[in-house]
Amino acid sequence: MAVITTGKRVRWTIIDVIVVVYALVPVLWTLSLSFKSKATIGDGSFIPQEWSVQSYVDIFQTNDFLLALVNSIGISLIATAIAVVLGTMAAYAIARLDFPGKTALVGFSLLVAMFPQVSLVSPLFSIERSLSLFDTWPGLILPYITFALPLAIYTLSAFFREIPWELEKAAKMDGATPAQAFRRVIAPLAAPGVFTTAILVFIFCWNDFLFAISLTATTRSRTVPAALQFFTGASQFEDPTGQICAAAVVITIPIVLFVLFFQRRIVAGLTSGAVKG
Amino acid sequence: MSQTTEAARPATTHRAKPVLSEGKRAERRLGLLLCAPAAIVMLAVTGWPIIYSVWLSLQRYDLRFPDKQEFVGLANYGTVLSNGYWWTAFGTTALITVVSVAIELVLGMALALIMHRTLVGRGLVRTVSLIPYGIVTVVAAFSWKFAWTPDTGYLAKLVGPDTAVLTEKLPALSAIILAEVWKTTPFMALLLMAGLALVPDDLLKAASMDGAGPWQRFTKVMLPVMKPAILVALLFRTLDAFRIFDNIFILTGGSQGTGSVSMQTYDNLIRGLNLGIGSTMSVLIFIAVAIVAFVFIKVFGTAAPGSDPGRR
Repeated sequence: MAVITTGKRVRWTIIDVIVVVYALVPVLWTLSLSFKSKATIGDGSFIPQEWSVQSYVDIFQTNDFLLALVNSIGISLIATAIAVVLGTMAAYAIARLDFPGKTALVGFSLLVAMFPQVSLVSPLFSIERSLSLFDTWPGLILPYITFALPLAIYTLSAFFREIPWELEKAAKMDGATPAQAFRRVIAPLAAPGVFTTAILVFIFCWNDFLFAISLTATTRSRTVPAALQFFTGASQFEDPTGQICAAAVVITIPIVLFVLFFQRRIVAGLTSGAVKG
Repeated sequence: MSQTTEAARPATTHRAKPVLSEGKRAERRLGLLLCAPAAIVMLAVTGWPIIYSVWLSLQRYDLRFPDKQEFVGLANYGTVLSNGYWWTAFGTTALITVVSVAIELVLGMALALIMHRTLVGRGLVRTVSLIPYGIVTVVAAFSWKFAWTPDTGYLAKLVGPDTAVLTEKLPALSAIILAEVWKTTPFMALLLMAGLALVPDDLLKAASMDGAGPWQRFTKVMLPVMKPAILVALLFRTLDAFRIFDNIFILTGGSQGTGSVSMQTYDNLIRGLNLGIGSTMSVLIFIAVAIVAFVFIKVFGTAAPGSDPGRR
């Protein structure tokens, strides 16, 4: 390994700083707007001249944001849980078992991954209205599971292919029951992949806007990305900018936490599923 | 360690041979059983609606006048395809797709190289790059919108007090492309980085010994090895960019001819409540995306991700 010269170090540091600025400026701008006081929100300055938490107080005092937050969390968690369970089953079969229709399933989930989601909006709007699923949690959870499944299946089968399954046999030879072999040997090996997939799927559900705005009509099931449109100030003439930004910051917190704590896993998950083929 | 497992494999398959047919059947049944729920959900939520959508597109069906629903054949397709707005939206979508994917490819490659090779703060760069990927598109779009809003925004301040960027067609399109590029470059970079990891270091060293400069090493050694990864990334991003909706919805609402085909469909369906026309557009977008995917796979020979192990 060559010695890292000071010149190289400086050059890479400058490049790193450019990347960091590129990635963070829009986020910091939202943060800045959310902390500006009502009087200074229109001053165009990147750093608040007058700090205030009023916008946060405002959004937590109205039901609009709180209900949307509950919808977002509930819908995303349920969809993630179901998609990961179904995806794990399918990915296990794809990675380990030989059965007819495997190629068809892989191809089909690839199709779903590339599917133009807007093509589903019209028929789903109509179907969900007739099934009274329109503007309900299941009405959003269903399409979320569907579009999360290809992601889950790819990521998980890539992870599962890496697991040394022979260990299971070895454990059984050493006298472990199948249940023990699974619990003590396979589950701990598979858990990181499943967990990573869950994060990716959650981010996907948390992010959705098209279905959220098309298949909901009221605060009953409207998620935060869709609800931001409907924010108004306390009075008709009040500018909702600060409140939108405060709400935006709140729903960005989980993403930032995931990224901070699980960077390695997320990178591994995104890259393994995509290029193994 | 790996040697013992390699050695163990043929032995076990050999021993399993006598019960192959029965075990094989059980394996098939288990495989189908495990895949069935996922396959059924995906089929039910995509397959059936697409068929239903084709049927709807052949009807005159306006929810404001539900009594007037009738079969009109291909009339809706005639209406949409002879409509200037549709073609404007189509052109806009194609323009945004091509320009943003091109920029993303260049920036994404640069970012991938940085993430792959940086000697300082690799973890930091990777962590920070994931933020645009993970952030809710609508949240980022609002950030850009407020940044371009006259008086309020820092970017609006930079371009001068008299220009309202989001109210003119070309500046607004540029703002949309910027927002799109910002959000999706890291994803592109990650896909490319996976390709970079496949480039053998020895090959680069050998090229370097033979006198290849950095640019030659990049174009002659790295790019050919990375080709499959690049094509997969391009295919994914192209199809994804083609369905652009969130950024346009927030930034301009589709005004000044900045609406995409997804925006048009949404407008006809939810704002216009015209299920017939909305479904016609849905079907047309589906066909357009299918053509793009087909061209990519046939012409460039993109290997479908995950198809490799499944291909027998």
